[in-house]
Amino acid sequence: MIGIKDLEVTVEEKVLLNGLNLDIKAGEVHALMGPNGAGKSTLAKVIAGHPSFKVTSGTMKFDGKDLLELKVHDRACEGIFLSFQHPLEIEGVKTNTFLKTALNAKRIYNKQEPLSAVEFVKNLKSSADAVGIEHEMLNRALNSGFSGGEKKKNEILQMVMLKPKLIILDEIDSGLDIDALKDLSEQLQKLRTKENSFLIISHYKDLFEHFRPDFVHIIKNGTIVKDGSYELAQSVFEEGFSDDSKD
Amino acid sequence: MKRDAKEFINQPYKEGFETVVETEEFPIGLDENIIKRISSTKNEPHWLLEMRLKAYNKWLAMDEPSWANLSYPKIDYQKIRYYSAPKNISSLDEVDAEILKTYERLGIPLEEQKVLAGMAVDAVFDSVSVKTTFSKTLEDLGIIFCSFSEAVKRHPELIKKYLFSVVAMGDNYFAALNAAVFSDGTFVYIPSGVRCPMELSSYFRINAMNTGQFERTLIIADDDSFVSYNEGCSAPMRDENQLHAAVVELVAHKSARINYATLQNWYPGDAKGVGGIYNFVTKRGKCAGEGSHISWTQVETGSAITWKYPSCILLGDNSSGEFYSVAITSLAQQADTGTKMFHIGRNTKSTIISKGISAMSGSNSYRGEVRVAKNADNAHNYTSCDSLLLGDECSAHTFPYINVKNSNSTVEHEASATKIAQEQLFYLMQRGLSEEQSIALIVNGFCSDVLERLPMEFAVEARELLALTMEGAVG
Repeated sequence: MIGIKDLEVTVEEKVLLNGLNLDIKAGEVHALMGPNGAGKSTLAKVIAGHPSFKVTSGTMKFDGKDLLELKVHDRACEGIFLSFQHPLEIEGVKTNTFLKTALNAKRIYNKQEPLSAVEFVKNLKSSADAVGIEHEMLNRALNSGFSGGEKKKNEILQMVMLKPKLIILDEIDSGLDIDALKDLSEQLQKLRTKENSFLIISHYKDLFEHFRPDFVHIIKNGTIVKDGSYELAQSVFEEGFSDDSKD
Repeated sequence: MKRDAKEFINQPYKEGFETVVETEEFPIGLDENIIKRISSTKNEPHWLLEMRLKAYNKWLAMDEPSWANLSYPKIDYQKIRYYSAPKNISSLDEVDAEILKTYERLGIPLEEQKVLAGMAVDAVFDSVSVKTTFSKTLEDLGIIFCSFSEAVKRHPELIKKYLFSVVAMGDNYFAALNAAVFSDGTFVYIPSGVRCPMELSSYFRINAMNTGQFERTLIIADDDSFVSYNEGCSAPMRDENQLHAAVVELVAHKSARINYATLQNWYPGDAKGVGGIYNFVTKRGKCAGEGSHISWTQVETGSAITWKYPSCILLGDNSSGEFYSVAITSLAQQADTGTKMFHIGRNTKSTIISKGISAMSGSNSYRGEVRVAKNADNAHNYTSCDSLLLGDECSAHTFPYINVKNSNSTVEHEASATKIAQEQLFYLMQRGLSEEQSIALIVNGFCSDVLERLPMEFAVEARELLALTMEGAVG
């Protein structure tokens, strides 16, 4: 799915990622953990192609394609989806208008016919029902005045509709209560197939208990310092990151 | 995300073609003889010529205003042609095939069977109205919808009564010039108690070189009537600037409602500021009767220079006025636009919603005046003025003037300026939208309060125009 080798990333001469390696295969769920400022969100944004970051060396391949050659929207159309920690509010743009534009942009990129209005609405309604979103919300401006929980649900709706191959979740669980978190995990479970993969950034164990990762990586100072299975996450929850630097 | 300057310059202006047609042209320049010739060509009554000459003398004594936040080389009024009309239009049914083709290409078919259902059109080509559709159908309801020249011939009593009744001939420099040299335009009269069953519209096309367009629109809505009127415009792409100085007067009697929408798409010139239309327009409506209502909606995407303040005089008690505006300045465009709301009657209400968008080297100014007279008890105004900026070379300015002489009135003013945030763009692009699509979506959202006011057909066109104007405006 995605192969990252010796990735070095800078912002204004400051090195944020330093020789980072990561491999994610189809069907796998990976967790990325680390202290604040270690480079978790940076990695997520760099995979998505955020223009603020400069990749100074290393490679990033996605299903055989060189990601560094692709712009943000092309990467999205190839199947990379980054769920934002704080999804942005877009005043005056109805959620359904945005979803239709996004879905058809992806279809056109992949040489599929754009959906007609009727087909789109059918798809939208059934997806909204599956995620548990009131149809009324789809007529509201994108994320504008949405509660934290509604914003996260809206992100899930986008995943359901756009059917990405690689889903990167940047602290999607922040600010959610335990019921909302359970609901979120169930939605993620439903999204999971043998063909897609997840990279999950989180500080909390609750999400990982409900949506268990196959692999766990610890990131520190811009590089991955430890790889392991779910047990590694458990030990981090018990002991924190303090011991990792001794390895 | 940087793009080539080349792409900016290649910004598409779909309507920039020229029509080859035989014309009757007056020599370039302006004096009393030119005005007499305009009047005699149109077989006008003597009283109208007298008015033209009076206006001309007022204009000669006036100075071109310089208070607007606009900079452009001085206009040489002796280098403009004041009359150019396609030849061989002896009757309205003999419109040149080339002209019919022109309007068809602009998406405005003039043959009634082809016309969009529910839309009647008056087509003005350079200095004359070439065709007015559905006039007969509307006549059955007592509605008059015709060219201004025809109205002078057939309804002189209405013209005498209402011409210059809202915008005096010497109101301002450009209105005075128009009063002297206006060549045609649209006239609408809706009788008492009639709700006009279709959208009325005018389409103004400048075609001839070096020619100015000076049209007048006069709309009268009698007691308890309703009309929705729309105007659109375009011009060929040329390196020289052309002047458009129009005047619009609206009169709403007791409980009448007039909705007036404009989609202004004159040629904007290029990124270096070469070419484009100078658009100096005076639009004003009088809510003369009790409970009358006038609503202005404008989407201004074109012109090199826009100077325009559609206003309402709220004379009747309980009357109300609205101004909804989207103005985009991209390339090297400059706009100084806004409104004036004069509260004179009691319980009068006005709403001003202005959205200015600046991109590339565009300069966008909102200028608005709210005046509440001494006896205008319980007047209420709400103004909201938002600016959106794209890039670092454009600018947005707000000039509100508030003058309240009545202590029982309320005037509210809100203003905001936002830059399109890189994070917003990143969010939309991460979902697969291109940069242009993302900006078009954000801009459309920003203007949605105004676009929702437009009749459906117009709203679709406005959204397309917005998207087109934003294309290449990414830096």
